[in-house]
Amino acid sequence: MSSVICKNVSVNYPPRKAPTLKEWALRRNTGAKPFHALTDVSLAVEPGEAFGIIGGNGAGKSTLLRVITGIVPPTGGELITRGVVAPIIELGTGFDGELSGRENIHFNGSVLGRSRVFMRHCEEEIIDFSGIAEFIDAPLRTYSTGMIARLAFAIATTVEADIVLLDEVLAVGDAEFREKCEERIRRFHQTGATILLVSHDLTTVRQVCERAAWIDHGRVVTVGDATEVADAYERGLHAIPAPPAVANV
Amino acid sequence: MTAIPVHRYFAGQKTRFTDEWRDILKSGHLLYNLVHRDLTVRYKRSIFGALWTLLHPLLLTAILMVVFSFVFRFDVGHYDVYLLSGLLPWTFFSQTMITAMAATSWNGQLMKRVRVPRSIFPLSTAISGLVNLAISYLPLFVIMAIRGVPFRPAMLFLPVSLTILAVFTFGLALAFSTVSVYFIDVREMFNAAVTALMYLTPIIYPLKIVPAHLQKFIRANPMYYIIEIVRIPIHAGIVPSMSLLGIGVALALTSLLIGWLTFRRLSAGFYPHL
Repeated sequence: MSSVICKNVSVNYPPRKAPTLKEWALRRNTGAKPFHALTDVSLAVEPGEAFGIIGGNGAGKSTLLRVITGIVPPTGGELITRGVVAPIIELGTGFDGELSGRENIHFNGSVLGRSRVFMRHCEEEIIDFSGIAEFIDAPLRTYSTGMIARLAFAIATTVEADIVLLDEVLAVGDAEFREKCEERIRRFHQTGATILLVSHDLTTVRQVCERAAWIDHGRVVTVGDATEVADAYERGLHAIPAPPAVANV
Repeated sequence: MTAIPVHRYFAGQKTRFTDEWRDILKSGHLLYNLVHRDLTVRYKRSIFGALWTLLHPLLLTAILMVVFSFVFRFDVGHYDVYLLSGLLPWTFFSQTMITAMAATSWNGQLMKRVRVPRSIFPLSTAISGLVNLAISYLPLFVIMAIRGVPFRPAMLFLPVSLTILAVFTFGLALAFSTVSVYFIDVREMFNAAVTALMYLTPIIYPLKIVPAHLQKFIRANPMYYIIEIVRIPIHAGIVPSMSLLGIGVALALTSLLIGWLTFRRLSAGFYPHL
């Protein structure tokens, strides 16, 4: 049985969010059209597979991951996931500058749905992986951006999951940290987790993934062998001029 | 091998009670952290710290005592105890409602980025409000001891009264915070309405000063019953009557049902509005 099944998934955003009663009342007259973030996307990702999702900015890659996480509800079609899903999409959600690095590990962990026992168990591993042990009890506001990103990545990836969703997060930190990140992803793969990887970096997709999907303007262009899809995407980029990027919500 | 969690998402999905409840139970660590943060961050930078939870009701009582004991005179016996035992649950109600609406929109970014059970924000607000309420009973008990108001066994009924109050408040907080995601204006409307509602509820005055022909309007106000259930065991020293309790339980369950139905219908569509 597949880990992730997308059946004709569509996501339309309403024309514009109506933040006040007045605007809501007036909305009907504006004639604005809804934004189609995803249209009729069908995919099946098998257990233990590393699956790449490639496409330009605003193609709908991130929206697709968010639908799989359960954050964005589909407005059409159906999506089923089997197994514990670990989104490594947004890092450092709920980080509080006043709290120490250590306190933030526990708060962020709880936001990501991890139990207190699990977080206690992993605390040292996270600190060790992030490489900021000497500052861990200082308030987060004293950290550099790079340190925060490393801490966030360490928390997000210290997880036991069946399905791992990764979004462009490989780009944090220096070369040495990147190396450690790629090592982690390989480890997820070795332990039999299903991986969905969204990336602009075709090299990573070719190296890590077995299959891939190319998404453009919210539609699936091709699905197949990762190298072939990446090649097709690269050829496509050179053949047609890039469409103007549509700002996502 | 443990059961594999299966999630299914489709168009027009409504939040299922069992799913939400299971997610809340699984998010115990987050719930604890949210309540803990509510309780500690609030007073973090103030000199008296958590002592404010004790001082605030005392100061409020002192002010209202001056106004109402000297300017207007109500024949209720131990006016300070009457006032405070009604004002504390009222403050819990209004604060929880206002904070729950604010917390749901403050945490919009969080709900936009990670999957958390969305009713956890009004729930954590109600729980931290309840902790504050429990603490603020201490100054009331001190006043009672000083003024020689007897501590009667009926006060042991207080946990039941507070449960009714908490369930009632949580239900409405769930409904209002859900709607406020769509219309932020609801917050401002409620802020205005809650002040009016306070004067329409016998809290700072006794019901009996209201002219007989107007009392039916007071009796149409659900808050009258909810406050009365919490106040009677302390001020009058008696257990609320069965009819009063029946009304209170019915109101609490109705509120919870309204809250859940509103949440069930609207919470799945939060995303573009966050």
